[in-house]
Amino acid sequence: MNFDPTLAALANQMPKGLLSIMEREQSAPKTVAHGGLPRRSFLKIGVASGFALGAFPLTAGAQAGAAAAAPVALKPFEQPSAFVRIDTDGTVTVTVNRLKFGQGVFTALPMILAEELDADWSQVRAIHGDADPAYVDPMFGMHLTGGSGSVKRSYMQYRELGARARAMLLAAAAQQWGGEPDSLRTEAGKVLRSDGKSISYGELAEAAMKMPVPTKVALKDPKNFTLIGKATTRLDAKAKSSGVQAFGIDVRLPGMLTAVVAHPPVFGARLKSVNDVAAKRVKGVKAVLRMPVDRGGEGVAVVAEGYWAAKQGRDALKLEWDTAAADKPDSAALLARYSEMAKTTGLVRFKADVSKLAKAPKRISAEYLFPYLAHAPMEPLNCTVQLTGQGADARANLWLGTQMPGFDGMAAAKVLGLPPQSVKVNVQMAGGGFGRRAVPTADYVVEACTVARQARAAGLDGPVRTLWSREDDIKGGYYRPMHVHRAEIGFDASGKVLAWDHVIVGQSITAGTPFEAFMIKDGIDSTAVEGMREPYDVPMRLSVHHPKVNVPVLWWRSVGSTHTAFVMETLIDEIARATKQDPVAYRLQLMGDQHPRHKAALQLAVDQSGYGKRTLPKGQAWGVAVHESFDTVVAYVVEASVSKGSPTLHAVTAGVHCNLAVNPKTIEAQVQGAALMGLGTCLPGAAITFKDGLVEQGNFGDYTVARIGDMPSIAVHIVPSADPPTGMGEPGLPPLAPAFANAIARLTGKTPRALPFKLA
Amino acid sequence: MATLNINGKDMVVDADPATPLLWALRDTLGLSGTKFGCGAGLCGACTVHVDGVAVRSCTAPLSSVAGKKITTIEAVAADQVGQAVQDAWVAHDVAQCGYCQSGQIMSATALLKTNRKPSDADIDAAMAGNICRCGTYARVRSAIKAAASTLA
Repeated sequence: MNFDPTLAALANQMPKGLLSIMEREQSAPKTVAHGGLPRRSFLKIGVASGFALGAFPLTAGAQAGAAAAAPVALKPFEQPSAFVRIDTDGTVTVTVNRLKFGQGVFTALPMILAEELDADWSQVRAIHGDADPAYVDPMFGMHLTGGSGSVKRSYMQYRELGARARAMLLAAAAQQWGGEPDSLRTEAGKVLRSDGKSISYGELAEAAMKMPVPTKVALKDPKNFTLIGKATTRLDAKAKSSGVQAFGIDVRLPGMLTAVVAHPPVFGARLKSVNDVAAKRVKGVKAVLRMPVDRGGEGVAVVAEGYWAAKQGRDALKLEWDTAAADKPDSAALLARYSEMAKTTGLVRFKADVSKLAKAPKRISAEYLFPYLAHAPMEPLNCTVQLTGQGADARANLWLGTQMPGFDGMAAAKVLGLPPQSVKVNVQMAGGGFGRRAVPTADYVVEACTVARQARAAGLDGPVRTLWSREDDIKGGYYRPMHVHRAEIGFDASGKVLAWDHVIVGQSITAGTPFEAFMIKDGIDSTAVEGMREPYDVPMRLSVHHPKVNVPVLWWRSVGSTHTAFVMETLIDEIARATKQDPVAYRLQLMGDQHPRHKAALQLAVDQSGYGKRTLPKGQAWGVAVHESFDTVVAYVVEASVSKGSPTLHAVTAGVHCNLAVNPKTIEAQVQGAALMGLGTCLPGAAITFKDGLVEQGNFGDYTVARIGDMPSIAVHIVPSADPPTGMGEPGLPPLAPAFANAIARLTGKTPRALPFKLA
Repeated sequence: MATLNINGKDMVVDADPATPLLWALRDTLGLSGTKFGCGAGLCGACTVHVDGVAVRSCTAPLSSVAGKKITTIEAVAADQVGQAVQDAWVAHDVAQCGYCQSGQIMSATALLKTNRKPSDADIDAAMAGNICRCGTYARVRSAIKAAASTLA
């Protein structure tokens, strides 16, 4: 997902849907957090019954047994009590206010807090926060994991939380020993006195709870960091290497049934007839439910004991669909339509005088095609719903991996006819997401709730897990939208761009969603144009068409930059080639004295790769690209070859500018993974296509994703910086494909203008 | 009704013999470390060992594994090779989201059981059936090499 991080006043512009989510969360009953007890009760128990629980939450709210005792100036998400618990044995448990789905935030945020707390890292653990208001994104005021912003937007928050907790421990030690907190220091989970005497955080935790929470705390000078910046192995590495780590799909509840839903073959189509005789005969099938599904369509859920019976039941359904009224997308027809649109000026984002095009001594005229892409996270979509009680006592419990639990809870409440505070979303670890678990329509959550509601109405009282097959996922929509770009560029022999007329055609991701209010300006979806013209000061007229197509679309890792980086970086490279200039020197010259982070990242990649100094083996060529997304700049210098029309990427050198590198080990992993995903978009078969309304792909056999044999060697280098960190989940993706394309262009003389590559 | 030998224990599963092993493990026996990814033997997330050989459990009917020795991720570390692989996975911080890693580890272990000194090509060939959408392949390769060296 992408949000403009400069919109500091965003909370004031929050659309009604988001505001109501926040109101709901403010008024929600306090939810289960620690050890199955409501948080506030737990804290009180911790205080009142001392060692009975063997755990002492270090808490602001509990100092007087009530949250009211906390300083008014502190908001829930600033209260150490909600984020850090110190047990008597010294174990420090940090609550992470984000979904963990591979990006390393379960380690990075605890590192940041532990740094200011001066915790002993070997005693630090992490747990997920829930839908409690304390765990909203401190900038957006809603529960959100996206926009590569977990570390970026919670860096200061977690530092301050750690510093506050440390101040309370110091105050407790000072009281115990007599004297001033200023005379004491902390190190690795201990408070130390000048005479060398020490007392552990575990021993101090109970007393620290009674200390006031300071509203203001001094933070460390980054040059004194010992934990932040250190390559640190994930806290969950062992659990994820032993089958122990549970994900949303692993939730098991007593009496739980599994549902598989037959979706319409064309988005929004309805049923003509349902014959469920054979389905009901499948052993284990409990119910067959005709139900409304996403986009006004209809579907049929088969509810059974376990996935296999449910799927067998679904396979045995005889369904006739009425697709007459549904708009049937067709990739060939869409391309023709988009190409025509791209020849006309759309809604203008950047103005520029393009009259100089006609007389320009050199011209590039280019059309680019980017297909629909499925996210295909390894954990298939799933959501488990338990409905209990009646009337005023009716409650819904949901278990799922989600990037937006607030949205999902609201959507669930609406479809279940419950007040929002009667719905609880239990956030589970997710097996990847890449944007698919941040759906403004909450499609798979609404579906699971509909199944659970109808199952209960049919007399099935147990919780129901709705589980998508891989085919459901690949064919289920919410794709990265297909785009066509058209560029007309006029430049002179020195490479000076005289005029650049650029048109983008593609569906809006946020139109019709609550994000529309602040992400669409003058009719243009900011997610469609982000990354355009950057970082080059060229006279570009940029206009946009947002056609309406019956295909649900969504943000896909790095969003608009998945296509804008490709277009920008291949065209700039092409101008350099056409004017016989070195692509690195040309880029640096265009950047002038601006964009120091771009230049530093690019220079680092160039230096580390040996570009310009090392001769590549015959048949190989260099390719270069640099792109900023989510405030992080990544530059790639790649080495590639082409053999019999088939390109191979051999090696990648990355230069990364993400300001302060919190956990270099995670950054390396994120860059390698994102680069590979970017490479995946170049591979034959990496496209979702439509024929007469039907998705032509169905599983990993015909929807290509990168495999181990595609993995080049990728060396990751980080520009040193002490500035507050920027995001790492997505920025490694956008510049990979254009760097590869630029190498191919150097070998073949022709820039690939469509993804996936077709070098015929 | 089928009797399966899983991780050294005989377990009776009340399921149709055509049921894939994956669903008996996950839904019937509660061994959820083995993951569902594609249901078609295309992604490797469900990889287990059957008589020491890597098998995609999502397409292996119970009838094909009855009477054979089945090992899942939950017991892979009981074996010297599996333990070495698991340790290397942690040391190399391979996992990102972690969802596919059970399958990766089972495939890597099966490789090292038959080939103690795999070449880069051997590794890529043995791991070609295991998809990782997070793109952990570089660390998968280095962890396998590290495990191989500790076993040498």
